[in-house]
This record gives sequence, structure tokens and C-alpha cells, in this order.
Amino acid sequence: MQVTYRLPDCENHILLTFVNISDSLVTCNSGSTDLNQPNHLMTILSFTLILLCGAFTAGLLGSLTGLGGGVVIIPLLTLVFHVDIRYAIGTALVASIATSSGSASAYVKEGITNIRLGMFLEIATTTGAVVGALIAVYMPTNVVAIIFGLVLIFSSLMSFRKKMEVPAGEQKSKLAAQLRLNSSYPTADGVVNYEVHHVPGGYFMMTFAGIMSGLLGIGSGALKVLAMDNIMRIPFKVSTTTSNFMIGVTAAASAVVYLQRGYIAPGLCMPVVLGVLAGAFAGSKLLTRANVKWLRIVFSVVIGGLALQMIYNGITGKL
Amino acid sequence: MKKFFSNYLRDKDIQQLIGKQLRIGVITSSIIVLIGGVIYLIRHGHEQPSYGNFTGVREGLTNLRGIWQGVLENKGMNIIQLGVVLLIATPIIRIAFSVIAFLLEKDYLYVVLTLVVLGVIMFSMSGGLAG
Repeated sequence: MQVTYRLPDCENHILLTFVNISDSLVTCNSGSTDLNQPNHLMTILSFTLILLCGAFTAGLLGSLTGLGGGVVIIPLLTLVFHVDIRYAIGTALVASIATSSGSASAYVKEGITNIRLGMFLEIATTTGAVVGALIAVYMPTNVVAIIFGLVLIFSSLMSFRKKMEVPAGEQKSKLAAQLRLNSSYPTADGVVNYEVHHVPGGYFMMTFAGIMSGLLGIGSGALKVLAMDNIMRIPFKVSTTTSNFMIGVTAAASAVVYLQRGYIAPGLCMPVVLGVLAGAFAGSKLLTRANVKWLRIVFSVVIGGLALQMIYNGITGKL
Repeated sequence: MKKFFSNYLRDKDIQQLIGKQLRIGVITSSIIVLIGGVIYLIRHGHEQPSYGNFTGVREGLTNLRGIWQGVLENKGMNIIQLGVVLLIATPIIRIAFSVIAFLLEKDYLYVVLTLVVLGVIMFSMSGGLAG
């Protein structure tokens, strides 16, 4: 009872904050001293509760739109709560492990996930993630913010892309056969067989996705899906679930580095992990009833706005 | 035919097992995080958060021994961090399960590939990269 009573209020708060962000974006003027003030008035208790609501909303929207909750955690923490981007990265990594493992458990059971393909490509993403986490030490935080903004814009644009039909009769990949990557998945019309193409190209793109994941603390699901859909020509449903299956391992590879570096703050992880998980769970229950199309547009526009704000703050050196 | 059937069953069992392991990992760690969070909020809820400047979290929260030490002293932060560590371990344990799964399937190519993934993670865990 308590939770349902409290939530609408908080969502309004978050929405208002988003409006504030776009306001300051339009005027291109967000005085940092002015923005920093709420922090000094807030206690840890209220900070935690508001963050919990924010993370719940992020998890809910992320799961409903398929964009993942992790993408908005970093802008939420840095732009709204004025958390240092390094703490934000550590927190977002942990949140993406939680959501990925939570939903992967369902997909693996349904047999849609291509476990061999996921395992093979995890070599690429984990090596990339370790490299990314290493680069992160030497990279100035404002450059990280700018790269993050660009990846964020790319991710939101990706969600508008049409799902392609896989063209038949393409050149067969010998490597895919040797690695036993070709597989099948259950649909309403029975089992569908598919073949994997362009293995080296996909592997290369996955390494890049891994680097981004390690550097920015995100699952970089959009990049993974791009590698599997556009390059390896895998059916959409298989690529999204397999990408989701891989996100946890990729994030874990860089999370162990970040944990030792002190980027992972329990006071932030607690509300974010619990909020995002609860939101994602609620989203999966709502999914069949909600009209997702306009929601996805709204969420993508919000993400685009946040991304521009991150880039702007990165260029002006505020992050 | 009989052999095929038992192999198929085993394969299915392993997928179920991986799915179950992921779910148990996420649920257990959320509960630990929640318990730690309540203790942390009761003790420190009235203080003010300071995440604006990056200093790194305090010493005891960055390695397993330090985290466990604090858990024994019932420190909220450390209990949360224990849950977080368990969460990070969940997909890593999943890979270890997959090694066994591919061994049972006698798919030695994938036993090796899976061990490579595990090796990369162990390498990044070794601490030399922690900078």
C-alpha cells in the first residue's frame, strides 16, 4: 500500500527534473552552483528514497521499451543527483548485471538464447570490457561523458530501426559451421532454423561493444544487437535475448576491476539495484497490456535530451 | 534413440539449472542488499550524502577480506557490498556451470572456449589491473 501511494509523487518529481534538464538545455545555461544546492539539503534517507523511485521508473521504462534501465542510470545519477561519473559508472554496471541475469533466467529456459554463440562472443566482449576498464583510468571524465552521450543517442536511434527480415541464400559461413553456431529457436509456427554469417566481423564489433561497456559501465545492448542483427544476420528475437544473456558476463568482467578501484559505492548500489530490479519486474508483468509504441518514442526523446546534456556538460567540463 | 533421449533430457536439465542459478543469485543478493540497506539507513539515514567528489569508497569495501570483516561487525555498507559481490559473481558462476554443461555434452571445443572466457575474468580479477 505504502509503495503504491508514494510512487506517483516521485514519478512526477523525476519527470519535473527531466523538464528542468531540457529547460537548461534550451537556454544552454545551467549554473553548477545552483544545481548543486539540493545535495546539501538532502539527507541520506531522502536521497535513497528518491533514487529508489528514479531507479524504479528507469527499470520500468527500460523494460517496457526494451532499451534497458541501465542507459538512464548514469544521466540520472550525474545530471539529477550530481554524483561523480565514476561512482555512476560503478553503480550502472551493477544494475545492468542485475537486470541482465534476472531476465536471462527466463529466456534461457524458453530456449531462444543461442548459448554457444553467446559463449563464443563473450570472449570478445570480456576482453573488450577489461580493455575498456583499463582505458577508463587514463581517460578524463568529461571525455567519458561525451562518448557516453554519443552511444546513448545511437542507442535511442536504434530503437526506431525496422526489424529486418533475414535475406535467404546468403553465402554460408564455414567458421559458423565449425563453431556450431547455427541453431534454431521455437516460434508460434514451430521451430525455425537459422544460420550465422560474417563471424569475424561480428566478433570485431563485439570487442568494440565490450570496450564501450567497460569504459562507460553500460550493457551496450544496442551495439551487441547491431553486431548480431546487421552483421551476423541472426533473427531479431535470438539476437536480443543472446545479447541480454551476454551483458551480465561482460559487465562482471569490468565490475571486478571497478570494485577494487573503489568505484562501486554500496550507498548508491542499494537503491539503484533494488529499484531497477523491481521496475524491470513490474515492466515484464505490464508488457502485454501497455501501448509500447508511443512510450518508446517518449523514452527515446528523453534519452536523446539526456545524451545532449551529457555531451554539453562534457564539453564545458562540468562532468 | 534411447541415448538421444537421455542426452536431450540432460541438455534441457542444464538449461533449467542455469536459469535457476541466475534467478537464485539475483534474489539472494537483492535480499542481502535490502538487509544491509535497512541497517545502513537506520544508522546513517540522517547524515548527508557526498558523492559529488570522487574519493573512492573507503578501504574495507574494495576487497573480499575487508568486506567480510565488516559483515562480521554488522556494518550496513559491508552487508550491501556483500550482496553486490554476490550479484557480480552470479554470471561468473553461470560460466563455471557452462563448463560442466559442455563437458557433459562432450563438446570439448566449447569447454575450451568457455574456459577462455573464465580465464579473462580471472585475469581481470587478479588485482594487477586495479591500478
